[in-house]
Amino acid sequence: MPNFIMSYLGSTVTPGEAGNQFWALIYVLIIFAGVSLAVVAMNWFERKALAHFQIRLGPMRVGPHGLLQPIADAIKLMLKEDIIPAEADQFVFWIAPLIGLLAAFTVYIVIPFGPSQAVSDMNIGVLFMLGVSSLGVLGIVVAGWASNSHYPLIGALRSSAQMVSYEVAMGLAVVSAVLMTSMKTGTGTLSMIGIVESQQQQGIWFIFKFFPLGFIAFVCFVIAMIAETNRAPFDMAEAESELTAGYHTEYSGLRWSLFMLAEYAAMIAVSSIAVTLWLGGWLRPFPNLLQAPTWDFIFSLFPGLTFGALTAIAVIGVVRMPVHSYFKVQRIGLAVFAALLGFIALVLLVIAIAGRSSDSTVAARLREGIDYVYWFLLKVAFFMYLFIWLRATWPRYRFDQLMRVGWKVLLPITLVVLILTAIVGVIVS
Amino acid sequence: MSGVLNPASIAAFTTSTDPGMAPVATPFFFYLLSGLAILGGFLVITRRNPVHCALALILTLIAIANLYLMLYAPFVAAVQIIVYAGGIMVLFLFVIMLVSVERASKDRRFNRVWPVGLAAACALMALFVSAFVKGRALFPDRMIAIPEGSNTQQVASMLYGEAGRIGQYTFAFEIASLLLLVAILGAVIMTKKKI
Repeated sequence: MPNFIMSYLGSTVTPGEAGNQFWALIYVLIIFAGVSLAVVAMNWFERKALAHFQIRLGPMRVGPHGLLQPIADAIKLMLKEDIIPAEADQFVFWIAPLIGLLAAFTVYIVIPFGPSQAVSDMNIGVLFMLGVSSLGVLGIVVAGWASNSHYPLIGALRSSAQMVSYEVAMGLAVVSAVLMTSMKTGTGTLSMIGIVESQQQQGIWFIFKFFPLGFIAFVCFVIAMIAETNRAPFDMAEAESELTAGYHTEYSGLRWSLFMLAEYAAMIAVSSIAVTLWLGGWLRPFPNLLQAPTWDFIFSLFPGLTFGALTAIAVIGVVRMPVHSYFKVQRIGLAVFAALLGFIALVLLVIAIAGRSSDSTVAARLREGIDYVYWFLLKVAFFMYLFIWLRATWPRYRFDQLMRVGWKVLLPITLVVLILTAIVGVIVS
Repeated sequence: MSGVLNPASIAAFTTSTDPGMAPVATPFFFYLLSGLAILGGFLVITRRNPVHCALALILTLIAIANLYLMLYAPFVAAVQIIVYAGGIMVLFLFVIMLVSVERASKDRRFNRVWPVGLAAACALMALFVSAFVKGRALFPDRMIAIPEGSNTQQVASMLYGEAGRIGQYTFAFEIASLLLLVAILGAVIMTKKKI
């Protein structure tokens, strides 16, 4: 049995490529749990970050620094009465959050957390991601219609118009990145793993390729992806000052939380597309320039050091906690949390040091895998922060402005970038 | 434990013939997906509520996309999902939602021309069956092993050509895209009074 587990850890291909369904199932479960956990963490972090942007403290009461707040929220949502309006279309109302959730989570099949850390590598990876994530709009549209109420219907109409129009710009931006994959080899690829590997071969992240063409395409994609996920400043579908809560006004309890889960899962998914296409996916900084084993070792210390820094922050929190009997429990809780983070940091550092010696041991493979996943997640985390940052900074667009930006600004820019990329590519090669 | 850590045992996993190695393109999935597609199609014409019909149509389209995947044509499957299930059906729903559902659901489902429709459907069915029976030589008698990994590249080289040569279908493809462009322009001109 340990042999079996170790052979999983040491494999160099994805479960899909090995054709091992059991292993693929384990990966799917890990990703499902990981994404759900990330959504919970994101929920807490978003509230805290938004609060600090507005010079507030945010959740502070439930657990030290509100760390248990998302768990309390989740319990509240699960226990809350699940209301289905009498005039609603029962079946469609019931199925709508599931459509959104399925679309958001199916995308994770092809996301490459590393060269072998993906459920499967598809020949059509990028197309699959764009197609399946575009199905998420069906959940929103159908939810708005099934509620049989005015605000949800308007929210659903806005959302469908918005997502259909921004999909065009998004697709064109993606195509210009896919064009770049064919530069050195002559044959491009749509496979997510293939795209990252071609960035490694060409020795450049596509964001810097043909500067500023790659960068412009990247910026257009980021704008389109924020609109696609219905996030501020493009959250017309759920503009609370205009439409109460938009398409999910009539939803409550668990069903409402499924919508939230789908939205955040979709945010992580589109960020992973951006990371894979333009920011080098799982590649650490300068994989070709600084490729000596010493550099490998230095960069492999980063995951452990990151958790070390988090531990330090938690320890500072423990020390700065006011000395009062009210804060005793909170203090112990935060200390336990700090100990947990410190333990993770220690394990990661031990793996990094143990995996240094040779290339073939399981420890080395494990270190490699942790490295890949760490750099990928770090880049995705940057995008998650960007989502919050934009939400805190920008006012909401008006609907006609939104449409104008989509059709009259983003679409022409991405078209020109696409044509210029093709021209420059032909000239260079 | 040292046996675990050597490279041979790592390699053993990927080369082992696992019971899970069987291909996905099994008869079970074919019948499941075909059944779903037929069920969806049946619901499209029998449900009274147009939104339910649209959802059933989406079910059919996705089932067919999966059948394309089973035929080792992933590119066609992806395009099916992006264009039909993701794009066209959203626009369908967009329009249907603006229609008064109450009135539409009280209309008679099958109007007087249904015998004509039935005849047309039967004729199409007969055509398919006769094509299958008479042209049996055209169909391969077993599944051809197609390299799935380069499907997209093969489609591209057929449409656009490779290594400086014009592809097999370049001309037809460009004509079709020109036709679509004309249709788009026509739609814009017809709907907009002033451009």
